[in-house]
Amino acid sequence: MTQPSLLRRITDYSSRADPYPLYAELRRTPVLHEEEGGPYVVSSYYDILGLLHDPRISSDAGNLTAPGADELSEPEATGLPPSFIRLDPPEHDRLRRIANSSFGPPHRPHRIDDMREELGRIVAELLDELGDEREIDLVDQFAYPFPVTVICRLLGVPREDEPRFRAWVDPIVTGLDPDSRNDPGAPVQRAAQEARVQLGMYLAGLAEQRAKEPRDDMLSDLMSGHGPDGAMSTMEVLSTAVLLLIAGHETTVNLITNGMLTLLRYPEHLRRLREDPGLSAAIVEELLRYEPPVQLVPSRTCITDIELRGVTIPKGSRIWLVLGAGNRDPERFTDPDRFDPDRGDIQHLGFGSGVHVCFGAPLARLETQIALTALARRLDNPRLVEDPPPYRQNAVLRGPRHLNIAIDGVLP
Amino acid sequence: MPAEQFHEWLRREGRIVVVGASLAGLRAAETLRAEGFRGSLTMIGDEPYQPYDRPPLSKAVLLGKAAPDRTDLPRRRDIDAVWRLGTAATGLDLAAQRVRLADGDEVPYDRLLIATGVRARPWPKEEEAQLDGVFVLRTRDDAVRLHRRLKAGPRRVFVIGAGFTGSEIASACRDQDIPVTVAERADAPLVGALGGVVGAVAAELHHDHGVDLRTGVMVTGLEGSPVGRVRAAHLSDGSVVETDLVVVCLGATRNTEWLTGSGLGAGPRGIACDAGCRAFDFRGIVTDDVYVAGDVARSPHPLFSYQFLSLEHWGNAVAQAEVAAHNMISASSDRIPHMWVPAFWSSQFGVNIKSVGVPSMGEQIMITQGSLTERRFVGVYGYQGRVIAAVSFDNTRWLEFYERQIETGAPFPVEYPTMDRRPEGRKAMPADFPDPSLPTHGPTVTLSGYSPADRRLVFTPSRH
Ligand SMILES: Cc1cc2nc3c(=O)[nH]c(=O)nc-3n(C[C@H](O)[C@H](O)[C@H](O)COP(=O)(O)OP(=O)(O)OC[C@H]3O[C@@H](n4cnc5c(N)ncnc54)[C@H](O)[C@@H]3O)c2cc1C
Repeated sequence: MTQPSLLRRITDYSSRADPYPLYAELRRTPVLHEEEGGPYVVSSYYDILGLLHDPRISSDAGNLTAPGADELSEPEATGLPPSFIRLDPPEHDRLRRIANSSFGPPHRPHRIDDMREELGRIVAELLDELGDEREIDLVDQFAYPFPVTVICRLLGVPREDEPRFRAWVDPIVTGLDPDSRNDPGAPVQRAAQEARVQLGMYLAGLAEQRAKEPRDDMLSDLMSGHGPDGAMSTMEVLSTAVLLLIAGHETTVNLITNGMLTLLRYPEHLRRLREDPGLSAAIVEELLRYEPPVQLVPSRTCITDIELRGVTIPKGSRIWLVLGAGNRDPERFTDPDRFDPDRGDIQHLGFGSGVHVCFGAPLARLETQIALTALARRLDNPRLVEDPPPYRQNAVLRGPRHLNIAIDGVLP
Repeated sequence: MPAEQFHEWLRREGRIVVVGASLAGLRAAETLRAEGFRGSLTMIGDEPYQPYDRPPLSKAVLLGKAAPDRTDLPRRRDIDAVWRLGTAATGLDLAAQRVRLADGDEVPYDRLLIATGVRARPWPKEEEAQLDGVFVLRTRDDAVRLHRRLKAGPRRVFVIGAGFTGSEIASACRDQDIPVTVAERADAPLVGALGGVVGAVAAELHHDHGVDLRTGVMVTGLEGSPVGRVRAAHLSDGSVVETDLVVVCLGATRNTEWLTGSGLGAGPRGIACDAGCRAFDFRGIVTDDVYVAGDVARSPHPLFSYQFLSLEHWGNAVAQAEVAAHNMISASSDRIPHMWVPAFWSSQFGVNIKSVGVPSMGEQIMITQGSLTERRFVGVYGYQGRVIAAVSFDNTRWLEFYERQIETGAPFPVEYPTMDRRPEGRKAMPADFPDPSLPTHGPTVTLSGYSPADRRLVFTPSRH
């Protein structure tokens, strides 16, 4: 009997709880190519960083000549044009700049920071709602509703529509799971498709409304097109909105959940955070290194033959950048398997790098800092009910499906 | 004392003196403490302020987005130092290991770090330079004064020299709707640093933002009013520009005069040192107790044919300070070389400009991404068949790739396809640097040394 390929072992559900020993094995072959037509897998820190800045590496699926699963992209069937995550410069740059002009510096330097208070309020409400429960599921009761609420506010989805909105997001996210996507006829996929169409129609209606009556939200900004780069087309606005929505909150759920799980495994840091909220920034950075919510970037390809570590990767090949492995590369980080917020030098790959560096990073950082600080302070004597917790299927967007925590109560 | 014991003693109770309490000085001090130096640390600075950051002085400060007295450098750790601020070092006794101060004091050292940087080159005609309304911009005090005048709403600002600082000042003026004229001896802004091809783009930026740009001219004189206020500038083409505020941006002079006669290899081009930041004496012999870092240093770089480079770069000051600090308290076998790839950034007229490598060494340039006409591009400079530098306008995130191309001596012209490559980028063209013997405002990298036979080499930097 032959051993299944390393890649198969990594994507196999059984390794979801702890893929890191397999990543260590992976790094021993810096450019792994296991089978004809399969991806070239890159796992060491400096190689990944190099490729993320390499102008010969494309994010545009059109440049692919080899087939393969593509977990981070939206399925084409929605009829929306690709969002900027799947485009190269100059189109990528244009769309991203327009989106950014309503999100961050230089045009809106305070947009995210101005949300600080509101984020705190949402977190407090969610924790208040826990009442006097003795066991909670952190995912369903906190880590999931929090970022969905936030992204709704940011985009400009009215409060009363949030439940509908959430009901669409749920099946879409489930549909992103690579396993379920193998079978387009499966109920999961049909549900996702259905939800996507509904969401698209809903957003289109909302966008039209905002075009007529702008408010202080991103949809209005995107529709108004006042920036130096002009306006997005309505279709571009919709695909950008769907991207922000999915990529934005999906990763934050995992970051918060992975964060609490890690802190419960390293209680001394949980205690420190309780005493000193100032530590939250360092803790979140180390989390992004130690348990990044996006484990790998599977959607890159090269537009010419490139040589890496003596291997020639032919033009059009699929390249996987395993961020989770690069983040634990001992060539880059001392004692990489230890969670150590005090390491000071935490230049992780958790948000990627280069022109596609995570658009929502400032928001994800702030949300997670606020969430973990509040959890540390308000959960009374939290204990893990099971370790490891049950994980979600997805190997790319990796995180626990549930995180059951026993508590003595919720402090005021 | 055997070498090993000496270094142990030095780390435990040695005396380290840093002259120049700015970016390089502070970062060195922090590194010394981070690496376990527990002896006494003295920081000597002629400015009365705690270390502050200079790049904002010509950017955020002039735009009114940051207060000039609020650009203190962030502290990474407590350095537990004796501060001698507002006191210049006036001399150095190498043999006795003592620094002389302006107030008559002498400070003994076991290790000395010199980080005295550069100062703005003043307008050469002294009487005209004294006129009220004539400024340079290097220090916080300069920025406070200039900022105050700009706020008062001058009729027109006149900038002499269109290097980075001059261009940034012009940009800040236009941003506030202040009329501004820029005079430059070369044919375009930034040519000394980036060459004529990129200079032409910079010139368009000036024009588009309403700067009255005069190139290929020299300023022949400044005219004062009877009460001693500047009122006009005279140009070599015979024209006269009325102005009530002149900013002289003619590059910098190294702060080495205080070392005259000390026996150190210090002069107008800086203080020569080896790759480990140890200063040379005037005979070219390396010292073991005097180190240099930052803008005042001149050090050989293997990537650039061991030419001595003088860099006026923020990042260089930080990297060099860290290396110097490490080496000062380490045995020779543990020392590390300073091999930072030069990198510089600027922001003006809403554009982020960044360069890596040594553009001014480039013979040719190729636009490998984006386009000059859109003013969003990456340009790669070639020197003798290899990539020697790159510059980006609003495209910073690719530069890391080009930095590696420089480090590995990748071939030039660039043959491989890149994303966003337009037809204009398929051919190399002359980079168009002015004749180096003609003075301009001065680039921020100066090749100032002997060059052994040129050779192709593969440079592999150590990574930590
Ligand atoms: C307006 C401006 C904008 C800039 N913008 C950029 C930019 O965008 N990007 C970039 O990469 N770089 C930029 N720079 C350059 C960057 O600031 C310098 O490279 C950096 O400050 C160098 O640090 P340093 O410590 O070597 O020298 P300095 O910062 O010059 O410090 C030297 C210190 O030593 C003091 N000193 C001198 N002589 C004596 C003495 N005898 N005794 C005691 N003290 C003495 C000086 O007064 C000064 O405080 C800019 C500089 C200026 C002035």
